[in-house]
Amino acid sequence: MSEIPVALPLLRKLERFEKEAGMLSWVASVDHKQIGILYMVTALIFFIAGGVEALLMRTQLMFPENRFLNPSAYNQIFTMHGTTMIFLVVVPVLLGLMVYLVPLMIGARDVAFPRLNALGYWLYALGGCLLYFSFFAHDAPAAGWFAYPPLSEKPYSNLQGMDFWALSLLVIGAGTVMTGLNVIATVAAMRVQGMSLRHLPLFAWMSLINSFLIVGAMPALNAALVMLLIDRQLRGNFFKPGAGGSPIFWQHVFWNFGHPEVYIMVLPAFGVISEVIPVFSRKVIYGYAVVAGSTVAIALLSFGVWAHHMFAVGMGHFLDLVFSASSMLIAVPTGIKIFNWIATMWGGAIRFTTAMWFAVAFLVMFTIGGLSGVMFAIVPIDWQLTDTYFVVAHMHYVLFGGTAFAVFAGLYYWFPKFSGRVLSESLGKWHFWLTFLGFNLTFMVQHNLGVLGMPRRVFTYPNIHDWNVLNFISTMGAYLLGISVLVFLTNVIRTVRNGRIAGNDPWDAWTLEWATTSPPPVHNFDYVPPVRSARPLWDLKHPDDPDWRRGRKVQPNVR
Amino acid sequence: MPVSSILQAHSKLDQPIVHLTVVVLVIMAAILALVTVLVVFASIRYRYRAGLAEPPQNFGNRNLELTWTILPLLLLGSIFVLTVITMADSDPPKTAANGDDPPADLVIVAHQFWWEIRYPGAGFVTANEVHLPAGRQMLVRLEAADVIHDFWVPELTRKEDMIPGKPNELWLLADHPGVYLGTCAEFCGNEHAWMRIRVIAQTPDEFAKWEREQAQQPPSPADATAQRGEQLFRTMSCANCHAISGVSSERVGPDLTHLASRETLAAGRLKNDPVNLEAWLHDPNNFKPESNMPNANLKPDDLSAMVAYLETLR
Repeated sequence: MSEIPVALPLLRKLERFEKEAGMLSWVASVDHKQIGILYMVTALIFFIAGGVEALLMRTQLMFPENRFLNPSAYNQIFTMHGTTMIFLVVVPVLLGLMVYLVPLMIGARDVAFPRLNALGYWLYALGGCLLYFSFFAHDAPAAGWFAYPPLSEKPYSNLQGMDFWALSLLVIGAGTVMTGLNVIATVAAMRVQGMSLRHLPLFAWMSLINSFLIVGAMPALNAALVMLLIDRQLRGNFFKPGAGGSPIFWQHVFWNFGHPEVYIMVLPAFGVISEVIPVFSRKVIYGYAVVAGSTVAIALLSFGVWAHHMFAVGMGHFLDLVFSASSMLIAVPTGIKIFNWIATMWGGAIRFTTAMWFAVAFLVMFTIGGLSGVMFAIVPIDWQLTDTYFVVAHMHYVLFGGTAFAVFAGLYYWFPKFSGRVLSESLGKWHFWLTFLGFNLTFMVQHNLGVLGMPRRVFTYPNIHDWNVLNFISTMGAYLLGISVLVFLTNVIRTVRNGRIAGNDPWDAWTLEWATTSPPPVHNFDYVPPVRSARPLWDLKHPDDPDWRRGRKVQPNVR
Repeated sequence: MPVSSILQAHSKLDQPIVHLTVVVLVIMAAILALVTVLVVFASIRYRYRAGLAEPPQNFGNRNLELTWTILPLLLLGSIFVLTVITMADSDPPKTAANGDDPPADLVIVAHQFWWEIRYPGAGFVTANEVHLPAGRQMLVRLEAADVIHDFWVPELTRKEDMIPGKPNELWLLADHPGVYLGTCAEFCGNEHAWMRIRVIAQTPDEFAKWEREQAQQPPSPADATAQRGEQLFRTMSCANCHAISGVSSERVGPDLTHLASRETLAAGRLKNDPVNLEAWLHDPNNFKPESNMPNANLKPDDLSAMVAYLETLR
């Protein structure tokens, strides 16, 4: 597609760095792009591990009273699946996108603290290995990713699995906070001249807000983990009933981290969607300020909704209602975004690339997860549905139908920038449709299972006709989803070997990362184009109709 | 086995929740339909066709954006009002208007992987099956002996956690006689899946009869095999965990005083009949692997003696 016009007002010429080669260049790298790719590749490896765990669970649940896995094996696997997907896949893959893309989007040479960036990644990688090492110590953690005491305490989880769990999350959490601080500092201090916060691309906006969430929320988890370790290793009494401790205390601290964590896992995905939908609709984002501002609202509210995970605890009606109201409120800024994205498509000239297919599917899939989420804010409905398969369905519509679909959209969109080659569109379409079908088969029916009274976290279930049928369908969907991941891997490997060469700007896009080579040089830019709006490359390509001349003027009656 | 759907109420306490759930499901379905129609319509109507120029750039419209902020707020506001009303209807206060704390009619203590059920008024203990008179609202005290569990019988009332060191209270009511299935809803360890419970609502007369029978000590076994079974129960490790009124008093495992009168074995794992009881005692691990019930390695004739004894506990 079109190339950037050459005759530019050159702001400054940047110094060139020589690139080192070989494996050492990856291990010793402080380059944000290499670290970003390390994050994403490591997350992909753990995604395969977590996916295999999911398939083992679904195989066990394919038939009632199945004997494929015994209970303790099943409990270890579901604990590892949850912990892996949250801490080793979703958060890191988003961090990878953030540290790769944010410096490029703001015209910087690197993040603010490149060495801290490397430390953050390596803590994550080593923490992940520490968690998986528990399998070789013959006892993976088995108290669920939420690790409620007293079950996670010594008398009930006697072996070392829980200790591996707490220590590895502590290590990973420390690394995540470092990266969060780094992104904040980068956006605050490294923006190229002209890039005011009003001109920040929305992905960078969401990354910035996300980093504040990380810095605010992770310490609560780390504190909880330290207390749990003190209970387990030093015979402390933070969470032990009968010795002055309280198991409910853990739940408050854990969810005080845990609910912001949900938004940590979804805000960068919103950022991806806010980049992909405009470019392939060929239209500027509808309501830039509202999309960014509603994200700030989500971030603030997210610290005041945690106890909606605890309506069954018996906190009393007043407290239940306070958290019910705040949880309903947080649905509003989320809903706003859905409509703004649809309005961005409205009147566009939509190109249905694989990235756009995933983004459009995201809109509907995430809406399903959001709406079922509102149901959990309604206390009496939560009293019935919490801890059932309805929650499993809800949360996968948010994290898979939402985040994973957005991440796939982002990977198809930015892969050309990462690798210099465009992912195959024909394999991409196969990947999309298999994912879409497999995902909905797996999780749609789990709503019904929850309504029909099937509790979650069970290694087997009684022979009940409706449960048998729905579980069988769900398992078949999971296998389909497994195949879709194989198609994606094939696409990535084939593209890296001999995919179509991308060029600088294969999608005719508008943000700064497309104003450099694919992949970018170590120093990112030889020249940074002038920035006078949120779409500097649009301004370059349309000198007669630049955004900065228009500001946020509304064109009346656009079709 | 029948399912217990959350969309079916068999209790005046659960009815308001079912109504609210249906209303909310309809609202959510309508919103989902709206979003889906908009997305599909935009995808088809505004898809790129060859030769199409860059479309006009629309930066937003404050009034439209305000509309899709305020409408959801109003909708959620009304749902919140319904929430407040439904909570009051389905979960009435447990303390009387004058501030008195009435004593519980029923105490349920959750253990790793079974339910201890105490009737403080009549003074007996049973396990895994709650009997109550239909139409009478019972105040239930929920406790836990080890880890957190959750009492959930979907067709009768809300679920509520059972937390060690922090007792909860719950109203339990069945409008009509019947059997209502439930389960532990909070992950509690290896055999969480087989920690099932059933509530058996009876006519007041039947319930009174049941209560009288349960309060009595079972008669001493008459035939020799069963007598030998009782001896085995006392001398082997069984009595270290299981209480049988007049025989043993430990409460680590379920009370077996009137075991033979129950519908199921091992917290809903098996239908209670002599064949299943023998299979269960022969190898508990086969049915509830990794539960706390050990295999007593009974010799075949000891096994039948034990079954003969336990079958006398009507």
